[in-house]
Amino acid sequence: MSNVFAGQVLTLAQRSVVRTVRQPANIVFPLVFPLLLLAVNAGGLDAATRLPGFPTNSFVAFALAIPFIQGALFATMNAGTDLARDIQTGFLNRLALTPMRGIALLTGQLGGIVAMGVIQSLVYLGVGLAVGVRLESGPAGALVLIVLAVLISIGFGALGAFAALRTGSGEAVQSLFPVFFVFLFLSSMAMPRNLIEIDWFRAVATANPVSYLIEAIRSLIIVGWDEEALALGFGFAFAITVVAVALASMALRTRLARS
Amino acid sequence: MRALAVARGVAWRTLHNVFTNPSLLIPSLVFPLFFFVAFAGGLSQVDNVPGFDFPLGYTAFQFVFVLLQSAAFGGVFTGFGIARDFETGFARRLLLAAPNRTGIVLGYGGAALVRWLVTAAVLTIVALLVGMTVGGDGIDLLGLYTLALLVNIAAVLWAAGVAMRLRTMQAGPVMQMPVFLVLFFAPVYVPLSLLQGWIHGLATVNPLTRVLEAGRGFLAGSPTEVGVAFAVALGLAALFSLWALRGLRSAEAAG
Repeated sequence: MSNVFAGQVLTLAQRSVVRTVRQPANIVFPLVFPLLLLAVNAGGLDAATRLPGFPTNSFVAFALAIPFIQGALFATMNAGTDLARDIQTGFLNRLALTPMRGIALLTGQLGGIVAMGVIQSLVYLGVGLAVGVRLESGPAGALVLIVLAVLISIGFGALGAFAALRTGSGEAVQSLFPVFFVFLFLSSMAMPRNLIEIDWFRAVATANPVSYLIEAIRSLIIVGWDEEALALGFGFAFAITVVAVALASMALRTRLARS
Repeated sequence: MRALAVARGVAWRTLHNVFTNPSLLIPSLVFPLFFFVAFAGGLSQVDNVPGFDFPLGYTAFQFVFVLLQSAAFGGVFTGFGIARDFETGFARRLLLAAPNRTGIVLGYGGAALVRWLVTAAVLTIVALLVGMTVGGDGIDLLGLYTLALLVNIAAVLWAAGVAMRLRTMQAGPVMQMPVFLVLFFAPVYVPLSLLQGWIHGLATVNPLTRVLEAGRGFLAGSPTEVGVAFAVALGLAALFSLWALRGLRSAEAAG
């Protein structure tokens, strides 16, 4: 049984990866845009490192965590949109007629996201190292960083899949993008939380799980091994993934029952 | 006269579409507010950076950038509408029916202008409500909003030129990305004097830097580089007028 299931997952993951690779915009944009923003922010906000209490003297190192989250957001949108297209074109309906288990579709889709997440992480990390960022946590930290980034991609990807399965509309999935961006901007993305002056903004950033995802990645780059930041980052990433996968599974059951 | 009649019709239809469709209206209203909140709120500490010398504080410093950004993206969003009109076939019917086709470009431009004025009004009210201080008098503020208006016109003409050449919604990134780059390669977060390295070099030669600095000068009540800023804004508007009109000819030739 498990071999059959693994085969189904592998087939669908392969399909997901091939479909992504065949649309260069789905690869280039998630890779290039976050790096472009990194360049803009790092150049424009470098003076902020002169603030008393700023944790590093390199804004590139400070901001390098952001592309990992933005990359995950783009992957979410692409994965969700692809799944919505499967629904709109009737692929899911045809799949429901085969012995393939529904959950294999979800797992396969997430397999594609894992592949994309690894590629993105390697590129962002490579660019960071190339422009002179030194990982305070060393090579083992790089490995942990990639694992965390992939976990975040899976969590966000499952949220995209949930939106696609719930609405069956690519446009609805795309409209989630600004919502995710709000979470990103209202976080400790550009300034450490203790240096955010405006009280309500600091409170929102503290309540925003995205702050902890960014801070965990950032800690590996500029601090070293910060157990608290890592525990919070992995904890939130895991919680988002579990909740999102559960929601997507329920939506998939409903969607297949409707077909 | 015929061009004006066409322009009025196109502008009315475009505005009707925008103001009766929340999915088109809300993003153009909400995004500038959101950027304003994220930049002015999250980065307010930046005004404590040694050498940060804008007298009105960080909220006012960011307001000018977000105002110009809303003007530029208001133009780009209208460009998306033009591309959609070509995809649905409406623009081709319009080309057949319009007695003066230059009026089509004028109409889209007019619609972008009205659309941005609404966004600018909302943004200004919110900025004042959150305590933004204004140092300039009425004439200074007129200068600021006129500069932003010229940016809006230049952006819509740029986007219209792209939309009329490519005639597909897939042209969205081509319209958006250069505008994004020009905006963000200006001194967005700190004054030009605090930028260092490659970004300082880019910001120095970026024409929008003059517009942004002049806008901040108007708001602070100490106008600076006014002549250069207006020359740049008018120059961009004139250049992209030619670009848009050539785009119109390209669309006509494509049939």
